[in-house]
Amino acid sequence: MSIATDTGASARPILSLRGISMTFGGVRALKNVSFEVMPGEVHCLAGENGSGKSTLIKVVSGVYTPAPGAEIVFDGETLTRMTPVMAQEKGIQIIWQDLALFPEMSVAENIAFQSLSGPRMRLVDYSAIRRIARNALSRLGVMLDVERPLKDFAIAQRQIVAIARALVGEARVVFMDEPTASLTQSETDHLLAIVRTLSASGVAVVLVSHRLAEVLAISSRITVLRDGALVGVYPVAGMTQSGITELMTGRSFDERVRAREVTKNPVVLSVAHLSRPREFEDISFDLRRGETLGVTGLLGAGRTELALTLFGMRKPSAGSITLEGRPVRFSSNRDAIAAGIAYLSEDRLSLGLNQPQSIADNLVMASLDRILKRGLIASDRKRSLVARWIADLGIRIGLQEDAISTLSGGNQQRVAIAKWLATDPKVLILDAPTVGVDVGARAGIFEIVARLAEAGLAIIRISDEVPEVYLNADRIIHMKKGRIAGWHDPRATTLKALEAAVYA
Amino acid sequence: MTGFARRFNAIFGADMAGPLTALTAVLVIMGLASPHFLTAATFGSVAFQLPELGVLTLAMLVPILTGGLNLAITFTANIAGLTLAWTLQTHGGADAGPGAFLIGSCLALIVGALSGLVMGLVIAFTRAHPILVSLSMMIFLRGLGEFLTRGGDISGFPAFIAPIGHGSVLGIPVPLLILVACVIASHVLLSRTRLGFSTYMIGSNIESARYSGINTRKVLVLVYMLSGIMAAVAGIIMLARFNSVRVGHGESYLLITVLACFLGGINPFGGFGRVLPVFVALVVLQLLSSGLNLLGANQHLTTAVWGILLIIVMVMRWASSTFTGKTK
Repeated sequence: MSIATDTGASARPILSLRGISMTFGGVRALKNVSFEVMPGEVHCLAGENGSGKSTLIKVVSGVYTPAPGAEIVFDGETLTRMTPVMAQEKGIQIIWQDLALFPEMSVAENIAFQSLSGPRMRLVDYSAIRRIARNALSRLGVMLDVERPLKDFAIAQRQIVAIARALVGEARVVFMDEPTASLTQSETDHLLAIVRTLSASGVAVVLVSHRLAEVLAISSRITVLRDGALVGVYPVAGMTQSGITELMTGRSFDERVRAREVTKNPVVLSVAHLSRPREFEDISFDLRRGETLGVTGLLGAGRTELALTLFGMRKPSAGSITLEGRPVRFSSNRDAIAAGIAYLSEDRLSLGLNQPQSIADNLVMASLDRILKRGLIASDRKRSLVARWIADLGIRIGLQEDAISTLSGGNQQRVAIAKWLATDPKVLILDAPTVGVDVGARAGIFEIVARLAEAGLAIIRISDEVPEVYLNADRIIHMKKGRIAGWHDPRATTLKALEAAVYA
Repeated sequence: MTGFARRFNAIFGADMAGPLTALTAVLVIMGLASPHFLTAATFGSVAFQLPELGVLTLAMLVPILTGGLNLAITFTANIAGLTLAWTLQTHGGADAGPGAFLIGSCLALIVGALSGLVMGLVIAFTRAHPILVSLSMMIFLRGLGEFLTRGGDISGFPAFIAPIGHGSVLGIPVPLLILVACVIASHVLLSRTRLGFSTYMIGSNIESARYSGINTRKVLVLVYMLSGIMAAVAGIIMLARFNSVRVGHGESYLLITVLACFLGGINPFGGFGRVLPVFVALVVLQLLSSGLNLLGANQHLTTAVWGILLIIVMVMRWASSTFTGKTK
């Protein structure tokens, strides 16, 4: 597979991994995966959530030790093991999606951070730090005030700071984890220009992403992973986005738009001019019985803030919420739940579910009233309520008493949905319902949600995955910087047009 | 898992295995070491000594389940005892009637609840750490108590109070009856009520509990109030047993209650644990102490043995989870 690329790189890979396997608690996260990067190459590592991309990066950076039989070759040198310190010394730099920066510290300190943490105790030379930081930034062709704290800067600039920090570490291979996830189109363009600069200076860049359009434009090769196994390595020239999606998922998708005609149904929830300072402004919409309203937009568009306000966990500064014709004012989410609004959190791990507790306790958590007998919890009622929902949503579990954390992401999400359905809601808000759910299990969740809508439940479906909203919603709100930037009808628009609007 | 283990877990719950094993071990070893151990006298002394520590442990248990701690329990017990003593004294001291005792007990429980209310409000609304909040309350109550009593004892109570500390009903010591009532009440509260359910959910993840519509602040306040009330009950038992109240009485119990909770399988970070294993653990500690006493061991040595026991239990728990695979 050692092919010279059009960037004119030499034939020997800078980094090459062979026979990488990883097992976590009986689950094989990586199965005999190979991966290689040429010097100065821009390489795309693609795969759905849970395909093993992150695990592979963690092997490369020495966080995980792969199963015996693995071979890591860096610049011609075969390594028996990799540790985070070794990776650092070799010049393998990872820019994680959360960037791992220090918001309270200055740009200069963030960039020169690694040269500060030496083996010897020494005094901090601030002028040296500023010099190092300015040099690194100028290599990227960027000017920033290095003395200002990082928290003053927007996410796109923080990303540049993270890249500059990698350069200070004498980077030879830079992995970027979902670098465009929270960027607008122009910010993405700027980032990609910087990637080109890096690549031209001989640094290999691996872009790890499931949003393909942008990265394909500048990558020379693409490695596709699926379910922890290598699907293949392909030159980007001649690949289409849908072709890669098929490689990533292993099947061609039913791209049917589910949107239905619901305008004759009665309005359940009506929101008028709802605002909260610095979060969202002047949001108005009607949600009808059986309707699925999609809400999409970039990170920071105010989607979750809007949902939390509808759920009573934040108070609007202006505007009104009307539920079935009656104006409502929630002082907490308990009021909202009692009124019939349910909110499936985007953060299943720490907010949506109580991970250490049992499946049964998680499922009944929001609807304890229904299992009380003379004020006490009746264990027979609890068991039968749980059993009914487990059967109804086709959730695969061992025992009801098992911790919810023992379930797969898809089954966990079904329990979370069941928890809210048990409260008998009129409006169900789903915030990023497929995050951390395998591709196969997503279809099952889509089916459940479609069935609920068919049965008359009004659903607000929030996601930054534009295709997901496009295919599963009846109408779509595009939010941008806290405002409604546009309304879209999936039957009257194409996915491409919608994506163009969102990422503009 | 063997059939025996499965049946055992079905009847008692998996968390009872450790305490029951310890109980058996103490009974066998002490029984072999001293011919006087397995006698009614031993169990009589355990039955009278256990309740103060037992009720204080229940007062510690509920806050621990929420992921917190109440370090003020012993001084809350003292102040509650002082409240009762003061009521009795203003109603004639040794000549006070049962009515004064009832009123005084109610006031004592209210004082206990108030101490919990203040801590609960501060913890729930400022999110300050329970250790700091309850430590502050502890220091406040100690200072207040020492100021009010000038560091001395208060005694001279009516004669009818003594049976609460020393009497028996149908051969069962009255303090033990009070403890058993508190254990049953705590057990039902934690395993069967909405408040108990919420206590566990808050203990393992307070934010997810809040997102599911649990009124986390209210639950925290109630939990600390309950803890304060339990401490007040312990204070009333202590008054009756010693026929006096002194601030600082029972202070050495404070950390023992934490020990008993962990010995009974309570998760130190909250969210998991039941009342009954803690009760068995308490019996083990008290039997051990009485047994060593019989053997002529020094009182201070008993405390040391308790410490060793906790360390052994922790190592054994680690070993059983490591070598049997995936049990929690």
